[in-house]
Amino acid sequence: MNTPTAPDAMYRNDEGLGLWEHRGKVAAVGVGHAPTARRWDGRPETCVGAISIQALRQAIDDAGVAPEQIDGLVVVPVTTTGAFWEEGKPLPMDVIESFQQTDDPLDGVAKLSAEWLLANMPELTNVKFTMYGPGCMSNALNVAAQAVGDGLTHTCLVVKSWHNFEGRYYQSGANAEEALPGTAAMTRLWGGPASYGTALQFAEYCRKYGKTHEMMAPFMENSRRNGLMFPEGYWAQHRPEELGREDYLAARWIAKPANLFDNDIPIMMSGAYLFSTAERAADMKQKPVYILNHASSNARPRSLTPTLDEVEAETARTARKIYEGAGITADDLSFENMYDGFSLFHQFHLEGLGYRGIKFGEALDFYQTDISIEGPNPVSPSGGNVGSGRSRVWMHTDCIQQLQGRAGPRQVTGVTPEVAVSGGPMPLGGNFTVWSASPD
Amino acid sequence: MTKQGVVPDSFSEPFWDAANEERLVIQNCRDCDRLQHPPAEACRECGAGDSLEWKPVSGRGTIYNYGVVHDCPVRLLQKDQPFNLAVITLDDDPGIQMFSHLPGTPVDDVPVGAAVEVIFEPTANGQLVPEWRVIAD
Repeated sequence: MNTPTAPDAMYRNDEGLGLWEHRGKVAAVGVGHAPTARRWDGRPETCVGAISIQALRQAIDDAGVAPEQIDGLVVVPVTTTGAFWEEGKPLPMDVIESFQQTDDPLDGVAKLSAEWLLANMPELTNVKFTMYGPGCMSNALNVAAQAVGDGLTHTCLVVKSWHNFEGRYYQSGANAEEALPGTAAMTRLWGGPASYGTALQFAEYCRKYGKTHEMMAPFMENSRRNGLMFPEGYWAQHRPEELGREDYLAARWIAKPANLFDNDIPIMMSGAYLFSTAERAADMKQKPVYILNHASSNARPRSLTPTLDEVEAETARTARKIYEGAGITADDLSFENMYDGFSLFHQFHLEGLGYRGIKFGEALDFYQTDISIEGPNPVSPSGGNVGSGRSRVWMHTDCIQQLQGRAGPRQVTGVTPEVAVSGGPMPLGGNFTVWSASPD
Repeated sequence: MTKQGVVPDSFSEPFWDAANEERLVIQNCRDCDRLQHPPAEACRECGAGDSLEWKPVSGRGTIYNYGVVHDCPVRLLQKDQPFNLAVITLDDDPGIQMFSHLPGTPVDDVPVGAAVEVIFEPTANGQLVPEWRVIAD
């Protein structure tokens, strides 16, 4: 089996497409998460491949389906954004030889292929459809939803995993060299950290609207609070520490105005879901959560880094696509669960959606009101990456669990969970899914 | 502060050669009469690849925005932390941005909106790189 990357036709990138043709006919049912860790400890049973299998098996069990019923698998093949296996570093042969291997010895250790998963999950005997949704779970969910809707698979697993090795993100490879190739040098010589672009947009936002970094504190407190009620998350499992206003504001700068807590913590994790047709989902163990639409953003800035104008234009365009395909308006959203890693761009997603009627420049004021899960305007009930570590997955799990009514102590109580949207990552460039407790 | 050296490749060579002559050139599409930076193999507006040229620009610009880097991933720059990292827009086309460490400007005391002019600084291997300096009143 040679797994292709999803073609452009799988995504809904444009405005004016009308209602999604499979609206309400695809459902998420099962959820699976492997235990998290700050870094890989080098053991076979904790490598990124092993935890992926763990999450997938949990999703299968959670949905209550027999493995042989599964005929599709959508995988995010990249398992890091900044922790790479250094060139020349000896391969972990004891780990590699603990599994069925593919042609790439780092498969299952520093990356993940569909072939590796199928070779090491012999119970998946009937998978005939595999596809890569590159980048994030948000992307893979769009691919899986479209694939199920199109009839390419009727019972499909989706998985996104992250590895994290010893050492610091982004500090090896070209960043450790004495010189850069000329083309890369034109943009990379100045040494901006990963959050620098977001920090710039936030700085421009604060100047334009008269806001401050301090105004982020309630959002950060709320997100960590929600994360500590997410038993699958890193902070809940390993460091059950609240994030108070003073703690947040005293943190060291990374790229001012982005501080340490504005940057999500890299971890080992894996999250998986089981998607199916609405008909089949009706007979599964968990309540189906119906997908009303998926939408994508693939905008590019005119030059090196997005301006605030470009960000606001694109988040508004993304929201129009989300609402149009789902046949809903902002008023239908029970809560808000957009991406937050980096935290300083969460308000761009929020404002683009027009959640609770807020307009550009108003989100930080909104953060000063009741945004808790108990209130009428929940913001990021998942807690996101701020609350549970770098995964780009939590908001999806939370939407599904909230609409199934099994979010536990995180369950929203100030609103009835009926319709939600989750997605990301970036204001310019991301994928979004609209979830509903009912198919229409 | 000394940046990593630069090893020009065939695509970027005209930009770096010009920098060594203390000239700033930006990729331009002749058909669209439109600058683009970072450069690409084709015009992002019309898609043509055969109408691209390297066009001299004035070397005047404006500080559009900035952040202060306290935790830099580039090893060679870490000893200079914290440092300014600004976005400059060109007077020739304010849609075109360039990065700058703003030599001579105190850390986190950056006059957003101020006029700047290009200068050229040596990198670790002697290749000159465009940088930007605030124009005194």
